[in-house]
Amino acid sequence: MSADLVIIGAGPAGMAAARVAAEGGLSVTLLDEQERAGGQIYRNVGAVAGRGWLGADYARGGALVQGLDHPGITHQPRATVWRIDARRGVIWSRDGQSHVSPAAHVLIATGAQERPVPFPGWTLPGLMPAGAAQILMKQSGMVPDEAILSGAGPLLYLVAAQMIAAGAPPVALVETPTAITHALPKLPRALFGLPTLIKGLGLIARIRAAGIPWYRGAADFRAETTEDGRIRFDFTTGKQSHSLTCGLLLTHLGVIPQSHLTRSMGLAHEYDAEQGAWRPTLDPWGQSSEPHVFVAGDGGGIGGAEAARAKGALAALAILHQAGKLDAAGRDRRAAPLRRALSRALSLRPFLDAAYSVPSAFLAPPDETIVCRCEEVTAGSIRKAACTGAEGLRLMRTSLRTGMGPCQGRMCETTVIGLIAEATDRPASTLGPGRIRTPVKPVTLAEIAALGPQPEETT
Amino acid sequence: MNAASRFRDAPGAAPRSLRLMLDGVPVLARPGESVAAALLAHSGGATRQTPVTGAGRAPYCMMGVCFDCLVTIDGHPNVQACMVSAREGMVIQRQIGARRLGDQP
Repeated sequence: MSADLVIIGAGPAGMAAARVAAEGGLSVTLLDEQERAGGQIYRNVGAVAGRGWLGADYARGGALVQGLDHPGITHQPRATVWRIDARRGVIWSRDGQSHVSPAAHVLIATGAQERPVPFPGWTLPGLMPAGAAQILMKQSGMVPDEAILSGAGPLLYLVAAQMIAAGAPPVALVETPTAITHALPKLPRALFGLPTLIKGLGLIARIRAAGIPWYRGAADFRAETTEDGRIRFDFTTGKQSHSLTCGLLLTHLGVIPQSHLTRSMGLAHEYDAEQGAWRPTLDPWGQSSEPHVFVAGDGGGIGGAEAARAKGALAALAILHQAGKLDAAGRDRRAAPLRRALSRALSLRPFLDAAYSVPSAFLAPPDETIVCRCEEVTAGSIRKAACTGAEGLRLMRTSLRTGMGPCQGRMCETTVIGLIAEATDRPASTLGPGRIRTPVKPVTLAEIAALGPQPEETT
Repeated sequence: MNAASRFRDAPGAAPRSLRLMLDGVPVLARPGESVAAALLAHSGGATRQTPVTGAGRAPYCMMGVCFDCLVTIDGHPNVQACMVSAREGMVIQRQIGARRLGDQP
């Protein structure tokens, strides 16, 4: 199963890179956790017909999926990567059996996850991220019934518009404080992304036209289950208290890079203060601190689908050059239009990051909030531990088990960092990234043992 | 546990032609959807109780990140229901508390 290039993740970055690399003469193995290529943004796009209500941007992913139909590309669906080993290659699991894909070059395109939105009650059945509801719309033809959309960010508007188009409008939109005025200085550059800006304004107009109640500047979130299994959602706007009832409470405060794989390899990472997240340190081609390992797409810093597509193609050109299949002049010539596309795609990002920044109450939530969903550790106990010596992620892990459950910190690390930062009055940039160890997704000991001894042990 | 589903079918959604069993109760699923999606269409209630406090949880992130959708499928414990496609005749059990070592068939 050896390949010149192993790509992890079949979203826009991974799919674009696979096509460019295969056309350039490399054999490509494309590993992806899902049944079908597309990633989360184009989830199920190859299989869904007649769902016009999801919009034209979604349908655009179809061409990328068709591009995988190339003799040089082997797409391995349902493949969960749990280790990248410098000597052996990429190790992945399917149906309880692990496989090793040796590779001269590796491209990590694992994309983003939603930023956790912790507040009292966020663990109850009936609360989900807005992106999760969108996955259900794309994959299962299910739409949220009597749902409230809460938080901030462009995805909330998109999901609201899709729900309206599907005939299941949200009962309310509850928006946390936005900083549009504060973001205005970044607007001139944002105008290069005018079509996207206009699209966003169109979504907002559709939500207004549908008459959806819209609460702005909301804070003090709290959710409880009612006697009949529905959700009561309490929040405040200014000095006013509100209490709404819904079937489903959807939350969203943007997305963050999925960096467990890159961190588990010990690659260099840096803190992105504007996006409030850690990301691998990359050169303009997506090359990491390991020369043969590249990162493209949202996993290297949030930029969205169009940016991911350009970054994937740029990384593939650099890998073709590294493999001796493309000279530097050819690489640079083909990169020029991609860099222009990337610049256009990213022009809106600084404005969005500033306008929809994360309110501090969701970085350091009230004491009773469960922060680590797996080990059920509250914000109060984390604050207390931070004040009595657990002043870092590792110390917190050993004293309270935060991040030691099956999700391995994916759902709590941003909050644990926020709470320690608050308690010790240190910036978040000094408190991470947390050390991640393999396996980055759970596998059984039997499955690891069945792989046999490491190469160095056999010599 | 039998709260009404928090979702409804979108216009033009395919029929639920597959039959799964959840703790002895039939659950219908659409070809191509995940087990977690079928469980959410079936009920708005909890699909497991946590090992630490016994609190009820249901599928959350739907993309393999949060591990809140863990169920037992055809005897295999701790399977992420959002990462497995529904298949005819699957036998699913809610997980009440932690699995024991050796529960693997």
